[in-house]
Amino acid sequence: MISLWIITAVALLVSLAADRRKTRAAVLKGLKMFVGVIPMLLGVLAAVSLVLTAVTSQMLERILSGAGLFPFLSALGVGSIALIPGFIAYPLAALLRQNGATVPVLAAFITSLMMVGVLTLPLEARYFGWRAALLRNGLAFCGAVIVAVGMAWVLR
Amino acid sequence: MSAPVVRKVGKAVGKGWPWFLFAGVAILWAYSLPHADFAFGKKAGENLASFLVEMASVLPPMFLLVGLFEIWVPRRVIERYAGLRSGMRAVPWMILLATLQAGPLYVAFPVAIGLWRKGCAPRNVFIYLGAFSAMKIPMLTFEVAFLGWRFSLARTLISIPVFIALAVAMEKLLPNDYRPPYSDSPDGIAAAVVQTGGMPLPSPKTLNSSKGQNSHAE
Repeated sequence: MISLWIITAVALLVSLAADRRKTRAAVLKGLKMFVGVIPMLLGVLAAVSLVLTAVTSQMLERILSGAGLFPFLSALGVGSIALIPGFIAYPLAALLRQNGATVPVLAAFITSLMMVGVLTLPLEARYFGWRAALLRNGLAFCGAVIVAVGMAWVLR
Repeated sequence: MSAPVVRKVGKAVGKGWPWFLFAGVAILWAYSLPHADFAFGKKAGENLASFLVEMASVLPPMFLLVGLFEIWVPRRVIERYAGLRSGMRAVPWMILLATLQAGPLYVAFPVAIGLWRKGCAPRNVFIYLGAFSAMKIPMLTFEVAFLGWRFSLARTLISIPVFIALAVAMEKLLPNDYRPPYSDSPDGIAAAVVQTGGMPLPSPKTLNSSKGQNSHAE
């Protein structure tokens, strides 16, 4: 995080030294873009925090533990819809494994969590358009299934 | 109710839902302050606050960098290294760019759109997004700690060909002339730059064409 701010500050200073007017245009451009997505971002984050609060770790443990098709499909479903930060998702996955969750279930959960974002779709569509956003998420879902199946086969 | 009223209400909800949701969580949280037994509101508020902190710590520099990128980097550079004719040699660059960053996927969207608008092939934009979602180095260290290196290694190695294939499929499935919409007000970002107080800044047209931009840079 800090390195990102430092890189940005250095880039801004270099740009400022090179051309003040262009730097001004660049900053305005970035800010305008940022301000433009803030309402959508706040809405999506509010929705994500509501879902994250409603779906507790205990609930996920109950659904995702054990082997078979049902935990696998629920892992894909939960992973696709939710947006769980890594610092919650990985400890949760480790806990799930202790409770007997299989490799494909864990892989499906982690992969779909990272690649598919149903809750963030409105935000993604604002940048890429609905067509590209829906297509990307649809394909990413298929990709998550492929990765999970591949991992089941490799880590038998 | 007549049809126009319905349409108006629909439009208001379509535009206002992010604020309704945000206000909803804020109200739940505020209600939990005097009512300690209302854990849901407290938790939801805390979750939202942590998301907001994350967003505030990553997004502003990200957008500033995208702004600098759009103004300074010539279109021909991106077209040459990551454009439609760049072939597979763009892939390592896209992956390198993605793995050095951190944060949730929505942080990568403005960067991806900046690349796309500079002439980066859609395939490479989606390779960047795929790499960002599947193999960020900060996240990998976390994953190894909790799930072990065997899991992490297998997942990463299997993911690479999958997200490259998906990105190629994306490019094939999207129409050739597909352009992402502007990500701020309907007038677009370039228009906003022009309204900066009579300064001779590039017009939207010259900003988007490589020729115009280069002549402006000189």
